[in-house]
Amino acid sequence: MTTPAAPPPPPYPDRSPGRDGEQAPSAPVRTPGLGDAVASEWTKIRSVRSTVWTLGVMVLLLLGVGLLTAVAIRAADADLQDEPVLSLGFFGVLLGSICVITLGVLTIASEYGTGLIRTTLAVCPSRSRVLIAKSIVFFLLSFTVTTVTAGVVGVLQTAILDGGTPTAGEWLGATVGVGLYVALLGLLALALGAVVRHSAGAITIMIGVVLLPLVLAMFMFTDTLDSVRQVLFEYSIPSQLASLYDTPITLSGPSGWDSVLILTCVTAVAMGAALASQDRRDV
Amino acid sequence: MIELDGLTKRFGNKVAVDHLSFRVRPGMVTGFLGPNGAGKSTTMRMMLDLDNPTSGSVRIDGRHYHELQEPLKHIGALLDAKSMHGGRSAYNNLLCLAQSNRIPASRVSHVLDTVGLSAVAKKKSKGFSLGMGQRLGIAAALLGDPEILMFDEPVNGLDPEGIHWIRNLMKALAAEGRTIFVSSHLMSEMALTADHLIVIGQGRLLADTSMADFIHENSRSFVRVRSPEQERLRDLLHAAGIEAVASGEGALEIDGVAPERIGELAAEHRIVLHELSSQRASLEDAFMQMTAGSVEYHAHSERDGAQPPPVGPHWGDQWDGRTDPGSGSGDVTKGA
Repeated sequence: MTTPAAPPPPPYPDRSPGRDGEQAPSAPVRTPGLGDAVASEWTKIRSVRSTVWTLGVMVLLLLGVGLLTAVAIRAADADLQDEPVLSLGFFGVLLGSICVITLGVLTIASEYGTGLIRTTLAVCPSRSRVLIAKSIVFFLLSFTVTTVTAGVVGVLQTAILDGGTPTAGEWLGATVGVGLYVALLGLLALALGAVVRHSAGAITIMIGVVLLPLVLAMFMFTDTLDSVRQVLFEYSIPSQLASLYDTPITLSGPSGWDSVLILTCVTAVAMGAALASQDRRDV
Repeated sequence: MIELDGLTKRFGNKVAVDHLSFRVRPGMVTGFLGPNGAGKSTTMRMMLDLDNPTSGSVRIDGRHYHELQEPLKHIGALLDAKSMHGGRSAYNNLLCLAQSNRIPASRVSHVLDTVGLSAVAKKKSKGFSLGMGQRLGIAAALLGDPEILMFDEPVNGLDPEGIHWIRNLMKALAAEGRTIFVSSHLMSEMALTADHLIVIGQGRLLADTSMADFIHENSRSFVRVRSPEQERLRDLLHAAGIEAVASGEGALEIDGVAPERIGELAAEHRIVLHELSSQRASLEDAFMQMTAGSVEYHAHSERDGAQPPPVGPHWGDQWDGRTDPGSGSGDVTKGA
């Protein structure tokens, strides 16, 4: 064990055998905290292929579906009527959200799959710090990518179609709002991944959460279930997402930013459960 | 220094680790020995605060693991060589560990160099051979230049060159005054590496002794004699003040006397000998007997003291050549 040839005072001084000091004198005073954990998680997320794959496919879906719709409408000379131009991005984002969910689950569950979690937690014994650092890194990354891509798609769509200029509020909802909503959905997936600890299992559950309420509602034909059906429609994730574009599937139900608020609460509860379960369980 | 105090872990009603108390001291390699499923890995996971003990505690340099601010600088552990993300490069696998403990990135290159992986630093660890994976795991353990190092079965599946390398590395680290704790299920491996020995079976402490003492106590050497005139030989030996014990296979076992002396005595009295050999119980046998005893005690406690299958001696009679295993099992019953 020799000292590395670094210009700053070497943090690994040669030791005399049997030394029994509490801390090496040159040891840094500041203890590692969330910032260091975030740096570590950033290295992790940027150095695996699955990040590139999931986010790459999401960007392609947003761009591809958004632009194809716009081009198709323009070619057919169809009338948008009252539909806001930006709402054409909806289908791309709905599909793309599956990618973000996958990445969210993989961010944590892949560590359980490979056994890396043992190394991670041995290196950073504070489990909540690890989970929070992962959440921060994942949230910021997916929020940025989704918002920017949604913005680009929106600009291109308005350029292709001349259906009037969207208002600032519409822009905000279709970019930042959608970005927040999708990133929160991914964060919910991450929390679920931390509880389930199994990639395929958690991804399947999340896809069910996204799609099942709407599908169920479609097949509830009996009158007695009408009220349930209504709630499922209004609060299903595609419907909440659509409300951010001012084109809700139902006329009642949460509107625009309410959806973000609802999902924030749900995600906060899930994250709380994940934090609590992390601390109790064996790895 | 690692201190375990009454460490216990239950999974449901199965006791994996049962009131383990021992100390792992600095400046030497401490071998942690036990058959598969003895609770070695569970113990090590509890040491790292990965599994919560049912009761008892572990202290690392007097502190609980979760009180360590930068654990890598106190204790480095190799738990499972494959516990890295295969899609990440060797360098990045280590970098993310280093960052969370505020270890400069230059150190990553340094440890990769130490374990001889510099050439493949940018390669994905997925393509690594078992030996390279072990080296990467060891590099991770060395990252923070810790005082305590813990290796779980480090030589598993390694080729002789790799085993040799790990053995020397552990010895060198111990010589620097560090605490080295290494688990294995191979006594022969430990005999070459460890200075101190902790043996567990069924989660219980079976032995906590220095390697030298263990060898001294367990590598008993004795002389084995077979003769068609066994009774006469025995009386003759008795008359000469030599105590012979019948091993139950038509042979006599004699402790503490050179075979030459027995041979001379027999020749003097014209006794025909069919065998006169010097025997040595191997450490592997001693270890297996020690742990097999604990297994038997738990599994068939109602038949306590049951003899080993009666086929043993029968086989020995049939197969006149070597009866080494038979003599070993005879040894157990005597010793117990």
